[in-house]
Amino acid sequence: MEAVENAIEVKNLSAWFGDHQVLKEITMGIRRNSVTSVMGPSGCGKSTFIRCLNRMHELTPGFRTTGEVLFDGRNVLSEEVDPVLLRRKVGMVFQQPNPFPRMSVYDNVAVGLRFNGKRSRAEIADTVEKSFRMAALWDEVKDHLDRMGPSLSGGQQQRLCIARALAVEPEVLLMDEPCSALDPVSTGKIEELIEDLSDRYTIVVVTHNMQQAARISDSVAFFLLGELIEMDKSAKIFTNPADKRTEEYITGRFG
Amino acid sequence: MKSVSYRRKATDRIMKALFLLSAFLVILPLFLIFSDLLWKGAKELKWSLLTDLPRPVGEPGGGIANGILGTLTVAGLAMAGGIPLAVLSGIYLAEYGKGAFASVVRFAVDLLAGVPSIIMGIFGYVLWVLPMKRFSALAGASALAMIFLPIVVRTTEEMLKTVPVPVREAALALGIERWKTTLFITVRTASAGIITGILLAMARILGETAPLLFTALGNQFWQTGLDQPIAAVPLQVFTYAISPYDDWHDKAWAGAVVLILLVLVLSIGARLLVRTRR
Amino acid sequence: MKLRGNIKDFLFEKTTALFALGVLTLTLLLFGLLVRESLPAIRKIGASFATNTTWDPVLEEFGALPFLYGTVVSSFLAILIALPLGVGAAIFINEFAPEWLKTPISFLAELLAAIPSVIYGLWGIFVLVPILRDYFMKPVSRALGWIPLFQGPVYGPSMLAAGVLLSIMILPFILSVSREVLATVPRVQKEAVLSLGGTHWEMIRIVIGQHCIPGIFGATILGLGRALGETMAVTMVIGNRPDIVLSLFQPGYSMAAVIANEFTEATGDLYLSALVEIGLVLFLLTIVVNFAAKLILNRFTPAASKRTGR
Repeated sequence: MEAVENAIEVKNLSAWFGDHQVLKEITMGIRRNSVTSVMGPSGCGKSTFIRCLNRMHELTPGFRTTGEVLFDGRNVLSEEVDPVLLRRKVGMVFQQPNPFPRMSVYDNVAVGLRFNGKRSRAEIADTVEKSFRMAALWDEVKDHLDRMGPSLSGGQQQRLCIARALAVEPEVLLMDEPCSALDPVSTGKIEELIEDLSDRYTIVVVTHNMQQAARISDSVAFFLLGELIEMDKSAKIFTNPADKRTEEYITGRFG
Repeated sequence: MKSVSYRRKATDRIMKALFLLSAFLVILPLFLIFSDLLWKGAKELKWSLLTDLPRPVGEPGGGIANGILGTLTVAGLAMAGGIPLAVLSGIYLAEYGKGAFASVVRFAVDLLAGVPSIIMGIFGYVLWVLPMKRFSALAGASALAMIFLPIVVRTTEEMLKTVPVPVREAALALGIERWKTTLFITVRTASAGIITGILLAMARILGETAPLLFTALGNQFWQTGLDQPIAAVPLQVFTYAISPYDDWHDKAWAGAVVLILLVLVLSIGARLLVRTRR
Repeated sequence: MKLRGNIKDFLFEKTTALFALGVLTLTLLLFGLLVRESLPAIRKIGASFATNTTWDPVLEEFGALPFLYGTVVSSFLAILIALPLGVGAAIFINEFAPEWLKTPISFLAELLAAIPSVIYGLWGIFVLVPILRDYFMKPVSRALGWIPLFQGPVYGPSMLAAGVLLSIMILPFILSVSREVLATVPRVQKEAVLSLGGTHWEMIRIVIGQHCIPGIFGATILGLGRALGETMAVTMVIGNRPDIVLSLFQPGYSMAAVIANEFTEATGDLYLSALVEIGLVLFLLTIVVNFAAKLILNRFTPAASKRTGR
């Protein structure tokens, strides 16, 4: 059944910044517990798209949407759905690592838990460690848990942000160009991480790096000027794309 | 050719010397004042200054203990009301302050910041002294609070605005509500700066004399209640300074040393706070 | 997934807005109380308040012109002294001082700004006034006492003393704002003049002179705003005599000083109301001046405009 296969169903999602339309009737399904990449040239709307999935677009004044995003059987864009609760199930990692500046590494991960109801110290400590392990950061920080968040290296900071997002136990993890601010070694580590996590989490990655999309994803969606041009299994997209524009992008004609 | 360039060079040298002289003259008063404070204040700078009450003229000893307590009391009162009012207003302006109302509030804050402190004294007088028919610590505190407010509202707003948007976004993306994000993430991130602003405003009001002249009035003895006149070190320094008695003049200098120490410790401490909490 | 969080967000926003409203209300209250308490004097004394040169509470004659005169003259004198010194020092620090010197000097200048007014006054009474009197005023009075500016017996406390003391007090502000204004000059323009063979001074005169006049003007108005409201230091060295004389060596009085001295002595409602009216005038004057400074600085140097007010 479709509902079980797809964690998120997007139906005719359109979006406007004021009068300027940035997303045009996007319809797609995002498979559960897999990695879906969203790629395309800059300005194609891919970041805007995933920000709609956890309603972060609401932070921008003058932004409006039509259409539906179905998650857990409900349209999360509707007014009846509480964005706060949605974001606990649909987490996000940003392009620039953004650990909380005046908090320790430990607190960075714990703070989401504290605000989401977890009370006991033991429970929190447990979940924090688990999250660090999942983000492949535990060994590096376990003896320095009270170091300030920003004192870590760029790659470590990003893994910290991943651990932070995982701590609240989401079902979906949205990643907006998570590696574009990192060096190749850190990028490699995070790509490994994404692969490991994809068994348990539905992951949507926005990337402008085609090789990365080819490496890590199960499915790829190609966006151009606000439209979803093509979406298919990653192997198919890169070897035998159906749409000419996809082919031109892949072969480097633009973007 | 040569004489022209000689003249230009000479002018250049003269102007440079004048600029150096200006810088020197600007700093000079500082050294003069501090050395005078130490030199002239040393005479009466004993422990009894800090522990004793003032004595009548001619009697040896005596101190400004009631003034120290009074200064801290009035400033403390002013801050008890001022800090919540100012910080929350600062939060409003930084986080929600985009409309006309916010602009009007900012205008009012800027206006308040420029009002001479003696006018705040009139405010305290009309508000408290007239209806209560007596001078009081409360009146003094409200005058000081009006000086304290605009400084802290401004610094709070400025500091909150320096918290980068990605930090707020990260918190919201974790499913933390907007108001919790503001209070526990944004404010916490800016806390060092906000506290610095508070400490600097505190240093400012500790040294104020004019607003207390006809609100707190001053007191020869220990304070008996917040609705009574209260002593304050700046007031005592003033009274002793303009008196005709030499030994009171010495006490004025000593009191000034105490005052400047209080102010400096706070000011420098506040600056250090920002530096170490990086 | 119901909309629970929204209510708390709403309440939080409205609560903080309420506190902001509180600040606004206090400001309006301040203005309102000043006006209310001045009304009796405004009605009874009328326009003579600003034109009458006699201030005699015993005879119920309330001419506030001496105070207006004293405030304005002492403040302008302060600016006259502080402006060249402050700008000169700013140029020195920004353009000539070695890197290691810049921070200590700025720190020291900030320290000057933190000294309470009453301590300036104390130093003024016992150090500045005697020095001014013995090494400047007395000799000049002997030599040039026929000039109206220097006429009259020399006591010490005087308009000059107030002006000099005020200038020291406003120096840090003029210095820091000037430095910020100077820093906005684009490097390329400076380098252009130097590369054409201009001396350092010529570069300053041409480039900075052109670029920074409005900003420095704004700094001046800012300093003026500070000087106008200064109370303790002024009242301790100005002599507190409500006379209008041209001589700088004579005692004078200022608006802030008369309020400070006579408020607690004021017998009778009209007396008190007249003093509050002086306060109202001072209040309005400083608002206008500070607002003007902010406008000027805002237009020319956005960063510096944050310095308005104390």
